[in-house]
Formats: sequence, C-alpha cells, structure tokens
Amino acid sequence: MSHHILELRDVHFSYPDGTVALKGISFRILHGESVGLAGANGAGKTTLLMNLNGQFLPTRGTVSIGEIPLNKRTRQEIRKKVGFIFQRPNDQLFMPTVYEDVAFGPANLGFSQEQVDERVKNALEMVGCLHLSHRPPHRLSEGQKSAVAIATVMAMNPDILVMDEPASNLDPKSRRQLINLLKKFEHTKIIASHDLDLILDVCERCIIIKDGRIAADGPAEEILLNKELLDENNLELPLSKQNVFHENFRAMKALHRKD
Amino acid sequence: MTFDAEFFNIGYLDNLSYKDTFVHRLDPRVKLLVSFIFIMFVVSFPKYDLSGLIPFFIYPVFLLTAGDIPLRAIAKKVLFVSPFALFVGIFNPLLDTDVLLTLFGIPISGGWISFLSIIVKFILTVSTALLLIAATSFLGLCEALERLKLPRIFVIQLLFLYRYLFVLLEETFRMLRAKDARSFGKRGSEIKTFIRLISILLVRTVERAERIYQAMLSRGFRGEIKVLKRHRLRFQDLVFVVSSIGLFYLFRNYNIVHILGEVVERSLR
Repeated sequence: MSHHILELRDVHFSYPDGTVALKGISFRILHGESVGLAGANGAGKTTLLMNLNGQFLPTRGTVSIGEIPLNKRTRQEIRKKVGFIFQRPNDQLFMPTVYEDVAFGPANLGFSQEQVDERVKNALEMVGCLHLSHRPPHRLSEGQKSAVAIATVMAMNPDILVMDEPASNLDPKSRRQLINLLKKFEHTKIIASHDLDLILDVCERCIIIKDGRIAADGPAEEILLNKELLDENNLELPLSKQNVFHENFRAMKALHRKD
Repeated sequence: MTFDAEFFNIGYLDNLSYKDTFVHRLDPRVKLLVSFIFIMFVVSFPKYDLSGLIPFFIYPVFLLTAGDIPLRAIAKKVLFVSPFALFVGIFNPLLDTDVLLTLFGIPISGGWISFLSIIVKFILTVSTALLLIAATSFLGLCEALERLKLPRIFVIQLLFLYRYLFVLLEETFRMLRAKDARSFGKRGSEIKTFIRLISILLVRTVERAERIYQAMLSRGFRGEIKVLKRHRLRFQDLVFVVSSIGLFYLFRNYNIVHILGEVVERSLR
C-alpha cells in the first residue's frame, strides 16, 4: 500500500511577519504508521502540522500526500484525506449541537442525508458519545468535547489523522480513554504533544523538532529514552520511564550497601 | 460573578429552554408567529383603552404556567427594563389632565389612563418576548427564523453568537478574575485597565475566529452551512395557532371585561 504515504521534502515556512518557523524538514511517513512529534515550545510543531493539510503552504519545498503534491488546487482534495484535530476543542466544535457538528464534514463532502446520519452515528459510537448527540457543545465536559472533536474528524473517514496536543486539559482518566481510543485507530497518525508518555504509548516512531529542523527521527522507544537528546530539546524522560530509572537506582544503592 | 448572576443570566433562560412541556414541544415557528401577532394586537389598542388589554394577559400566563417557568425569573427581567417604559409615559398625567372617569369619587385624568395603558402594554409585550425565549430553545428559534425565510446569513450569525457567547463570557470572567486577583481596592480598576482588557479580548476573539475558520475549512467548508430541520408541524400546533389568534381577535373586537361586567350587573339586579 503506497497510496497514503506522506512525504515532506525540504519544507521551509516563514510567517508573513518574517518569523522563520521551518528550516528544511524532510521525512516520509508510511501507511498505518503512528508518529509522535515532540519539541520545545516554539520549535515549530504546530506550524509543521498546519503545513500538512494546506492551512499553510510551504514557502519552499514540497508536501505530498499519496503522490499528490499539496498546493492551492489540490488543497480541497487533500483535506478529505487528512483529518485535522485542533488543540482547542472549542475551536473545533463550532456548530450548535454535537450532532450537527459531526455532520458538518460529511455534509460538505456531499453525502445524502441518510449517509450523513449513518456516519455521524458511527463516529459518535466509536468515541462513546452517541448519547450526547443533541447537546450543545457548551454543555459538555472538557473530556467529552475532545472525544466529540475526534468524532467530527472520524466522520469524514480520513486516511491520515493529524492531532495537535490531543490530551492537553484532560484529567488522567479521560487521557487514558483517549490513548486507548487512539490505539484502536488503524489510520496513519501524526500526533504533536508534550505528553511523551502518550507518544510512547501510541506511537512507534518519534520525530523531535528543534528550531524548525529535525533533531532526531527514529523508533519512539529509542528516542524517548535518550536522556541527553531530550535534555537538549527542553524535554524530559517520560514519567513511566523515570520510575524505571528510580528502581534501578534503588537496586544499585541496595547492592552498594551489601558491599 | 454578580454581574452575571443578577441581570444577564443568559445561562438561566437557556436552562429553562431545555424543559419538556407542551409549550416547549410546540413548533418554534408557531410560537414565534403567534407571539408576533400577539404583540401586534396589543400595540394596536388606542391609548385610553385600558380594560380591553386586560384579557390579553391570558397568553403570557398560559406560556408561564403551561411552560412551567418560574414567575420570579421573568418578573425580575421585566422589572429590570421597566424604566424605559416608565419614562416614556411619565409625563402623560401632567400633560393630559382631562378627567375621563371618577372612581369612588376620585377623578381620574386621561393622562393616568394612558400612562397605565403604556405600562400594561409594556408588561404584556416584554414578558411575552422573554417567555418565548424561555420556552423555545435558541436553536429552535433559529430554525424557525430560517424557515420563515429570514436570510440565511443572519441565522448563521445568530447560531455562532449562541455557540460562542458562552465561550467568550467565560473568557471575559477569567480575565476579570485574574485582574481582581492582582488589583487591590481602587488600584487596578481604573478605566484604563478596562480599555486594555477589552482590546485584548478583541484581539483574542479575532484570533479565535481565525482558528475556527481554519477548523471549518479543514472539514470541507465552502461557504454553506446546513441548518438541521428538527420540527414538523403537527395537529396541536395548528390548533394552537388557530385558537390563540381567534382569541386575540375576539379580545380586540369585543371588550370582554365590559361584557362580563354587564352580565354580572344584570344577574345582581
């Protein structure tokens, strides 16, 4: 399967005010891969994501999705393939009720009323929010909002999921539910997050960005245990791995005492 | 915040509109239409006709009781806007001093009667408008407006207003709270601070609007939003329209209070 390959070749991007955010990013993401995107604040993660579905177009270099180069003309087509989940659910959910919000995408894709209805129900079922369908978004909890935000994108049946900080503002249990949900999806996933445990849990590959360039790209287990690399990028070992270190440390201490 | 809790408790009316009663279940188009016609009838009364207005109280009272809406909530809001009506009519008793009738030996001038009729009209129309909102979900109203052929762009504006009103209110209160936490007494509450707060709010709103627009584009937005049709006209809706408009017509053309009075007088004799 080669049709959902996402490829970036030497992507540069600068904002209209002159801030250079991306300075030559290249990578290839294969079908079904899940990739975590980490980096310090202001490293360019969000800008990079915005370049993946044509919200921004690279000032230099190319983005191509399934062999189609992303440009002004193909932007609409590519948006059907790339589902984008925004950082703040309040921006993502703009329709008056949950149902209508989830129906917004499929309706714009031109499906019939019945097809839209079916897709909405399936998507809400998937995230466990079918019972909320007639509620207005301002009456949902933060966890429910982010689940519904995912449903709005899933209803469009995208091939690639792009997420910006999906777990920010979630309580631990909602976060765990989100992680389990993400693990279930077989889509190609690109998740930008500071939550390195989430990346470790969900993604097999991790890319670290520093000052608009790729600082590291490899298996998540490897990268997220590289203390020096993480340190250079304002990151820390994932909490779950910190415990391992503590335990090793304690074990070593115990050994010392025996000596 | 008291500001929120006291007067502009929008969330409260919104809460009421989620109830499930006969009035709430009526088609919003029907409620909108009947309320509009009701207001037209009330306003059409001549200025000295006070007794003719009294039977019209039946409509707001009906909405209030059948809709299970607490009187206090509505009364408070009516009272809050009442100064407008008071000032419109306050000089009538001074300007118009012709005695129209005497009650228990006290002469009552035309000015007092027209003043009272302004107040009664005010109470009738404003309470009906508030009750309409309390007994109809905002979405229902928007749907009704669209299906009564209000241009779509206005309806969509209203929908976004409803969606983001709460988000923006929350943001405003967060900012005010942050300000209060760091201002002591008068210091920090100068008008200058408020101007800055408002400008920041504006900038944030514009940024939010941009993000929302991006989110819409990401989901295939091409300039058109479909508003869901939730309601269908049912038999009881038609009954409601016909009976209420019929009743209003009756009240307008026959002075029920007068007729009742005559009947009582005749039976006493």
